Amino acid sequence: MTRGFTASLALLGVFALVGVDLMISPPNPYRAPLVFALGSGQASAGGFCGALPQ
Amino acid sequence: MSGAHVSSASAVGTGLRRAGLIAAALGIVGAVALFAGARFGLMLAIGLGFGVALEGLRFGFAGPWRAMILRREPGGILAQLLSIALVACVAIPLLAAHPGELSGAQAPIGWAMIGGAFVFGAAMQIVLGCGSGTLVNAGSGNPVALVALPFFAIGSFAGAYHLLWWTDLGALPVLTLRGGAGLAVTLGALALAAALFWALGAPGKRAIPRRFVVAAVILAALAIGNLVVAGQPWGVVYGLGLWAAKGAVALGADLSGSGFWSAPSSLERINASVLTDYTSLTDIGLIAGAFGVAAWRQGGLSQPLQPYPARAWAAMVVAGLVLGYASRLAFGCNVGAFFSGIATGSLHGWVWFIAAFAGAFAGIRLRPLVGLEVRA
Repeated sequence: MTRGFTASLALLGVFALVGVDLMISPPNPYRAPLVFALGSGQASAGGFCGALPQ
Repeated sequence: MSGAHVSSASAVGTGLRRAGLIAAALGIVGAVALFAGARFGLMLAIGLGFGVALEGLRFGFAGPWRAMILRREPGGILAQLLSIALVACVAIPLLAAHPGELSGAQAPIGWAMIGGAFVFGAAMQIVLGCGSGTLVNAGSGNPVALVALPFFAIGSFAGAYHLLWWTDLGALPVLTLRGGAGLAVTLGALALAAALFWALGAPGKRAIPRRFVVAAVILAALAIGNLVVAGQPWGVVYGLGLWAAKGAVALGADLSGSGFWSAPSSLERINASVLTDYTSLTDIGLIAGAFGVAAWRQGGLSQPLQPYPARAWAAMVVAGLVLGYASRLAFGCNVGAFFSGIATGSLHGWVWFIAAFAGAFAGIRLRPLVGLEVRA
């Protein structure tokens, strides 16, 4: 067995995660934010390791 | 068939494989931009850049710390500090000028945070991979990282589940170095840390390898891009915990018992597409970018896997869980707390660095005991 097998498993895992998630929670591109947060005038709202929930 | 023909056919095959990799990367980024939004496609591209830079230049966090502790080679850590300084020069002024649009990696210093960082530093040396390192290693076919990764995600989910209980044990308010004075203090402290590591380095082994300098500059540019595009710094472990939370909810789990996961902002992200979560996108990019580099290299994916004893596999599972859980208590891993925390002026990044580095000494002693390397 080679690293190609394990690397492919990792990539398959990512595809499986995204694929299942797409079926459950499809994104809506019409509600997408502006390309850059800087200059958008919108508050940052993403999840982050250091942030406590609001 | 002559040798020249074989060589020519091999070169054509390599060229086609590499062209296919570039086309696949562009196609996937384009698809995410089209179906989720341009910002999210750009974040995936930045994540791919992180993966390509870390794997392509063989740069990371766990390895350089190990090199410093075991062989007194400070080059890797000095490159990390250089990269953080470059980001700080842009990020701290940007955060001061655009406080509503951009946020730093600020978190409170507390008992659980310090303990979490110490334990994370130890576990990081056992599997020889931090948050980003585990993703990059898994993408490039390292079986240790591949086994540890899902347990890292579960641990991150569980750590976030209990996070509020842990922070209630005692924490200071968020302490942040801001503006011009904050940048000067941050750069001064980074210079002091670099001088200390340089002084502790073995004579003749103190230079920063050129590829580490290149990696430091590229990582800094990508990290600044991450802040400008997403409005928040580069992070890793939140995304992994979110993946496990999504899985738990899909399987019918009730998360109302967790103050963290039942908060409105958390519920909103659990119910939103993973392709609209910034840390998820850069995490996916780290795995895919590392895979791309391994596939790009001649023979990169054809190396045989190294056999490990049963206790080593068990240790990987436990270390993965511990890495994930501890990183949430510590408000981040090497990326979210150390790299982004210090670069955006958060004092918790400095405390994290000291605690995790102390933990790394323990982890280096533990690694041979669990069968992950031959004992010296």
